[in-house]
Order: sequence, then structure tokens, then C-alpha cells
Amino acid sequence: MGYDCIVLVKQVPDTKNITGQAMREDGTVNRAALPAIFNPEDLNALELALQIRDAHGGTVKVITMGPPSACEVLREALYRGADDVILLTDRRFAASDTLATSYALSCAVRKIGRFDIILCGRQAIDGDTAQVGPQTAEKLGVDQITYVERLLRLDGDIIEVERGIDGGVERLRCRLPVLLTVCGTANLPRPPSAKRLLAYRFHTCLPEIENRVSQELAAQGRSARREDVAPIAQARAAEVQRLGRLITVWDAEAVAADPALVGGNGSPTKVKNIESVVLAGSDLVLVEPTEEGCRKLIRELIHEHILG
Amino acid sequence: MASADGPVAVFVEQDGGKAAEVSLELLCKGRELADRLGVKLHAILLGSGISGLADELIAYGADDVHVADHPELRYYRTRPYARVVAEVIRRTSPQIVLYGATHVGRDLAPRIASELRTGLTADCTDLRVGDHTAPDGTVFKDLLYQIRPAFGGNIIATIVCPGHRPQMATVREGVMRLGEPDRARRGRVVPVDVALKQEDLLVEILRRERKEKTVNLKGARVIVAGGAGVGSAENFRLIFQLAEVLGGEVGASRSAVDRGFISKEHQVGQTGTTVRPKLYIACGISGAVQHRAGMQESAKIVAINTDPDAPIFSIAHYGIVGDLNEVIPMLIRAYKSK
Repeated sequence: MGYDCIVLVKQVPDTKNITGQAMREDGTVNRAALPAIFNPEDLNALELALQIRDAHGGTVKVITMGPPSACEVLREALYRGADDVILLTDRRFAASDTLATSYALSCAVRKIGRFDIILCGRQAIDGDTAQVGPQTAEKLGVDQITYVERLLRLDGDIIEVERGIDGGVERLRCRLPVLLTVCGTANLPRPPSAKRLLAYRFHTCLPEIENRVSQELAAQGRSARREDVAPIAQARAAEVQRLGRLITVWDAEAVAADPALVGGNGSPTKVKNIESVVLAGSDLVLVEPTEEGCRKLIRELIHEHILG
Repeated sequence: MASADGPVAVFVEQDGGKAAEVSLELLCKGRELADRLGVKLHAILLGSGISGLADELIAYGADDVHVADHPELRYYRTRPYARVVAEVIRRTSPQIVLYGATHVGRDLAPRIASELRTGLTADCTDLRVGDHTAPDGTVFKDLLYQIRPAFGGNIIATIVCPGHRPQMATVREGVMRLGEPDRARRGRVVPVDVALKQEDLLVEILRRERKEKTVNLKGARVIVAGGAGVGSAENFRLIFQLAEVLGGEVGASRSAVDRGFISKEHQVGQTGTTVRPKLYIACGISGAVQHRAGMQESAKIVAINTDPDAPIFSIAHYGIVGDLNEVIPMLIRAYKSK
């Protein structure tokens, strides 16, 4: 029989390499200024889906919502073994908070229609909110199991998993369909396969092609207005499609998303302001990294009753 | 649905009839917010055989305790809990609902936020009340400022939820201060009718194992913490040695935990534990804002780092620019020969 899995992934800025310039005045993130990566725990979600397919048969579809450049994580998903990938992109999705994001994703899942298991990473490293998984499950009216550490059993429409709870673990049994959020400790994601990398590296989508054409025209000093770009991009996309390399792109209309419920309009939370942290400091006492310096420090801490 | 002058509510988490500390901390914060807004503080308590807990919640500041006592609510499961809490929220129209950022709170709160189509801010490090002017000039009075470090470092974001109610936030344990309970306080216990549906009960708990916490960071008077600069799991033994000599606990930054040097229960910071020891010794910790958020209220902070520009020095009282591999043994010798 097999299981149809949908993996929801996110391209995230590598938060380990962040500078102040990465933030715009309005408090949103200037993603262009940062290296973008596959959200680490989404790789664990993808790996679990691939393991389910490898053991039981079925399919693994990957959806990401983001700008055209998020196509990169879809290619990576293909390199690692995904069967099909979809880019959910629309300018109107920009500035979505977790609620608006989960709504758009749930619309995309509904368009796919049939599924047994939806898998997400526990949380994304840019916001660390862990909210989009549970919110998507609620929108789809399915059960959710968060903090999944291990798949114990999958048999017919019964699934049993081990999940983290505060200070321990629990084992849960439930019926499919279900949405799982997967922890980074659940498995070791497989690396991209060299064979698949060669097969899928030219996979691309129309918005990516448009960006490239517009850059090429600009580089040649030619006009790169929309009407200049469109015919060239479409001709190229047709060729890419003929070769079976065109990645599916859905916008708000394609997934029948209500424009009032996506992007800034559909986001109840607003960023009021962003402050760079100004550090107080100044009363720092420098201690020499010597035996004498350390003795003085310990004496002072004891004198102040900080140490006994 | 919810009115602007509705109560402040706290979802109270309990296990075996004992309230989670974070829930009591949130009642104390909730009391403060409710007084500022001139409204009541509600506690929402779910479980089985837990009615006895209501008095304690009142002592920590609740005016009304909504108690849903039902055998199916003995252990946390998403849908029965979401059903009951969402129903209480619909009926009582709170303007603010707070949840502990525990596994339970982080599973439950987004489910409810989605159902009620309202906003939710994760892992707040501060909550305040203030006004907000939207870009179109509309002024919103007395909103909840949901303050959290965001985006890897050096920024603090204030999030508001102007147009939707309730305004909801999760907060980690230890972030808000636990006040003294007032046993003389009086409040009201409101029983909640629990009406679960078949579809709420499809998830079955087969087994549950909880271990007592082996690391007690919150109660520690001295914490010696290591970061990425420690270099390896093996090298963390230096941190353990210093902690042992000083009679303290071992803490760690998120990057040390992410690198696998030490287990997550040692993590100090926004997504770990918030601590306020008498002495915090930060070894090889650069001091990202998320880490500082979890330790900057320590009475004395000593920072050891090879980089003189590390942000940790700007909040430290004592700074040692040097290699922790050399400095820690010196500190151990200095303390032993005091």
C-alpha cells in the first residue's frame, strides 16, 4: 500500500552568521544579506519521510513557502530523495506570521488532497517558534504529535511514536492522517546522492528563470522590464519543462488562498519595533589571566560573600 | 469575541496534582498585568482530581480559577486540552492568555491560536503593557508588548497583536519571578463542563516516563557555564571541575549544546533555563543576546574569553581575557588555597 508523506520545509537564514545589517528598518529580515540554508530540523523530517517510503513504499512530496530563491532547498530535497517538490510563492505571502504561514501551507496541502503523514521540523532556527506545525495541523483538522524522537510502528492506519515531554518521553498511538514535528535528535539525515545531484541540478522554476533572464538582460545593458523578460523566460521554461526539469510553482490563486488571510493582512502579530541591544557595561573590572590575578579575584568574591 | 477589558488568563500546567513552577511564575506576572489593566486574573486548570490545586493558584494571584476536572484530562493530550481551553477562552473572553513555553505549552498554544485565529508570540523574555500606533495612524491603547530576542543575536523585538484577541504568549520557566504566595487571598473556583468529542480522543498514551531533573540550574547559587570556546565535550570536564570546587552547577550556551558538548538540560538562555545565581562564570561564551537574556540578572558575572571584544564582557563584572584552559586551573588553585 505505502504511505503518502508531505514534508513542509523552510529555507532559513543561517542565524549563526548574522549581523545587524540583516535587519531592515521596519523590523523585517533582509534575507538577501544572509546565507540561506535548509532549516536543519526540516532535514530530519525529510529523512523520516524517506525512511517511511523506503520501508513501506509510497511517496514523499516536499513543499516550501518562500521567495523564488527557496527553490534551492527543493533541489536539495530532490538530491536527498524526494519524489516531488512544490514551491509556494507569491508576493502577497510576504510578511506572513506563523498563523498566515500555516494557513497558506494548509491550502497547499488541501490542493494536493490525499496524504497520510505530514512531517515538519520541530522548529526553524530563524524564529524558534515551533508554531507552524501545530497551526497547520489545526487548519487541516488532523491530530498532531510534536517533538517526535522515534517512529516505533506503522501498520495500516495506526502509527506509534516516541516523543519528548518535559523531563522525559512518552509513547503515543494514533490514527492516520497525522502531522508530526520531528526533533533534530530523531535521526541522521542522509547526504545528497551524487547520482541524484547530477539528475536534478538543473531543475528550476519559472520565477527563478525570470530572475536570471532579468539579470542577464541588465548585464548586457538591455532593458529588463517585465514585458522584456516574460517572453524569454517563458520560452526557456518551456524548454526546461520539455526536459522534465520544471519545478511546480503555486501562488495564492493556485491554492485558493484567501488574500485576506495571508501576508501582513492575515498576520495578527505585528513587529512594533526592533532594538539593537545596547550593552551597558563600563563597570567591568579586568582581571589579569595570571595566578596572582585569579587569587585577587577569588579573594574579592569571598570578601563580597559571593563565594563561601 | 474577546473584549478589550476582559481578564488576563494563565493556562496552568500540572503533573500529578502539582502545578508547574512556570505556571506559578506566570500567575505572578499575570497579577501584575491584570492590576496594571484594572482587570481580573483567571487561571485555567485542567487535569483529573486536581481541584485541591485551586487554592494555591489563588494564593499566587488568581481571582477566578476555571477547573476542568475529568479522567480524560489526567495527562496532557493536544486535542482534549485544546478543546477545553479554547472553550473557556470563548466563554470568558480574556484579553491576554499566557502559557509556559514547555513541551505542553508549545504544543497547545499554537493549536489554540490557530483555532481562535489570533496571534501568538513564543518565548517572550518580558511582557509589558503599552500603547501602539499602527502605520495607518490608528492608536491602540494598553496592548501587551511581547518582547523577545529575535533572529540569532543583538536584537530585541517587541511584538504586538493589535486587532485580534486574546493576545497570547509563551514564556520559559524562570523568566518571570516567582512571588510569595498569599494564603489569605480569596478567589472563586469555577467548574468547567468538559464536553469532549470522539475525534478529540484518538491519540492514546501507551507509556510515559519522566525522570527527576538531575540538573538544578534554577536553584544554584553558583553556575559555571561553558560555550563553544570550550572546544569539545571532553574539555567540558574543566567546567565540571571548577563547578565542583565552587559547589556550583554546570551551565552551557546553546552553541555548546548544539555542538554536542553537553546535554540540553544544562542550557542557559532564552530557549533554555533563565538563572539568577549569586555568581555566574561564563567560560568561552561569546554572549549572544539569547544567552544573556537567561543570565544577565546574576548578582556577579565573571567572563573568561580569548576575544576581548566578546559581547559577554559588556555585561560582566569581572573579565579575564585569556585561554580558559589556563585560567580555569588557576581559579581552581586560587580557590583551594584561599
